[in-house]
Amino acid sequence: MKIGEMIAPRVAFGDALVELGGINSEVVVFDSDVGESTQTARFGRAFPNRFYQMGIAEQNMVGAAAGMSTLGYIPWVSTFAVFLAKRAIDQVRVSIAYPKLNVKLNGAYGGIPTGKAGATHQSVQDIAIMRAMPNMSVWVACDAVETRQMVLESVKHRGPLYMRTVRCPVPVIFDDNYKFEIGKSYTLTEGNDVAIISTGMMTPKALEAAKELDKEGIKARVIHMPTIKPIDEEAIVKASREIGKIITVENHSMIAGLGGAVSEVLTDKAPCYLMRLGFPDIFGESGDNEKIFSKLGVNVKNIIESAKRMKRMNT
Amino acid sequence: MNENLKQICKDIRKSIINTIANAGSGHTGGSLSAVEILVVLYFKIMQIDPNSPDWPERDRFILSKGHASPGYYCTLAKRGYFSEERLKEFDAVDSILQGHPCMLKTPGVDMSTGSLGQGLSVGIGMCLGRDKRKMDFNVYVLLGDGEMQEGQNWEAIMYAGFHKINKLIAIVDCNKVQLTGNTEAVLDLEPLTEKFQVFGWKALECDGHNISEVVKTLEGAKESSESGPVAIIAHTVKGKGVSFMEGKHQWHGKAPNEEERKQALAEIDSSK
Repeated sequence: MKIGEMIAPRVAFGDALVELGGINSEVVVFDSDVGESTQTARFGRAFPNRFYQMGIAEQNMVGAAAGMSTLGYIPWVSTFAVFLAKRAIDQVRVSIAYPKLNVKLNGAYGGIPTGKAGATHQSVQDIAIMRAMPNMSVWVACDAVETRQMVLESVKHRGPLYMRTVRCPVPVIFDDNYKFEIGKSYTLTEGNDVAIISTGMMTPKALEAAKELDKEGIKARVIHMPTIKPIDEEAIVKASREIGKIITVENHSMIAGLGGAVSEVLTDKAPCYLMRLGFPDIFGESGDNEKIFSKLGVNVKNIIESAKRMKRMNT
Repeated sequence: MNENLKQICKDIRKSIINTIANAGSGHTGGSLSAVEILVVLYFKIMQIDPNSPDWPERDRFILSKGHASPGYYCTLAKRGYFSEERLKEFDAVDSILQGHPCMLKTPGVDMSTGSLGQGLSVGIGMCLGRDKRKMDFNVYVLLGDGEMQEGQNWEAIMYAGFHKINKLIAIVDCNKVQLTGNTEAVLDLEPLTEKFQVFGWKALECDGHNISEVVKTLEGAKESSESGPVAIIAHTVKGKGVSFMEGKHQWHGKAPNEEERKQALAEIDSSK
């Protein structure tokens, strides 16, 4: 994986799952007839005896994974984020989160990019929903390198976790030295004019914006936040105290996602100016991903404009 | 043996009444209807060790109709998983005995339940894990008949039937009454036995209050389940054993007052 190479996190997820399966024989995978899309079919081909095809029945799939985990296995349950975080959410709540069972959830096709499938398949509330669930850790993968590391790291975290990946190719931004750690953020650019806190596929866009801003003399501190829960409070408080101007960017509704999580920390510990870039409270639509991001006001241009507005504000 | 089980059922019925009356809350009707099923499972059929609730080879039990927790807890206490004295803590703050079963809090509880329709899927997962580990225990799941209205059950039934999941036994406590009324009026399930059969299950029926029938049916189910999933439709009476509760949906989730408690205990005591 070379920096700048375009790789879809779903593909990286599928590959990493096969790698993990080779390392850890307790890992099993549950699919609800979307394995060719979410790429877990690769695991199925590599380890047919550890792959469970549950049919288009997400609720049963989640429950069966819960039951299997009581025997010490580590199930990865994979389907589109919309179905995991909504259709089967009560099963996630009662059969996994409440008894704190060691089940890993892959919400594939997070956010807007769904291959033009439109509003019914765009998962823009999953971070909010999973974040509000006790015992649930929430990870949002950025590029192929981070996706792989999260998958390999997943078995070290005992208990439920929700990992979100996207369908579309995303540029690789991390090199081999990158090490994902739960609850830790990564400061990717130094700057004291404005802080941009981003997660998932929005981090490459934040970096692109920071580069443009730099040309105009605005120094942005890009903080990449792969774990939404537990969130890196320290980095948020530090940015508030040192800069006092924060923008959050995410491929998710403005309600209760990364922006919500950051604003909660700020409200409790270190209030400052905050602008949240996320989707308005509406359903999405089919179409080209970048056009939708732009229409909804969550793209590189919007980050740049927001940063400039922030810079002008007096604190 | 059956005489002994009969006495245990009587004791547990009284214990249920006292536990719910003491807490002022709990599901009376669906606890009383499941007594014989629970007692036969825990005192005769299941391979378990109350002194070692996490024994890996034990048979598993899932109370999918989690609201029947008073019946479940009274059975577990009587079987020795914890002291019967603790039943007084039912539904109280800080108690190990939650309104609905919690596997992290109560010794002997194999799965947390409460939101209806989820137990059978978990049972399937336990069977998948067991087979992969090459272990040999049975998995029993107790469901309510009203609970069969939940769609997830039919996903699970379809999966288990198609894959011939063995040593999985679903028991439906068919007491014919749910929260707001008679099941046949709320949303009829019949023909339930045939529905299981067309989904690839073996389905048996029994009188869920006749101990020797319950024993015989469960033993038969255990044997048949070697080659695929088995359902037992246990015909029961909601509120069984207390005349003024029997068949009354009003007693689905209501606690008896002091006078009702005394009357219920007297009736259970004097029953044959």
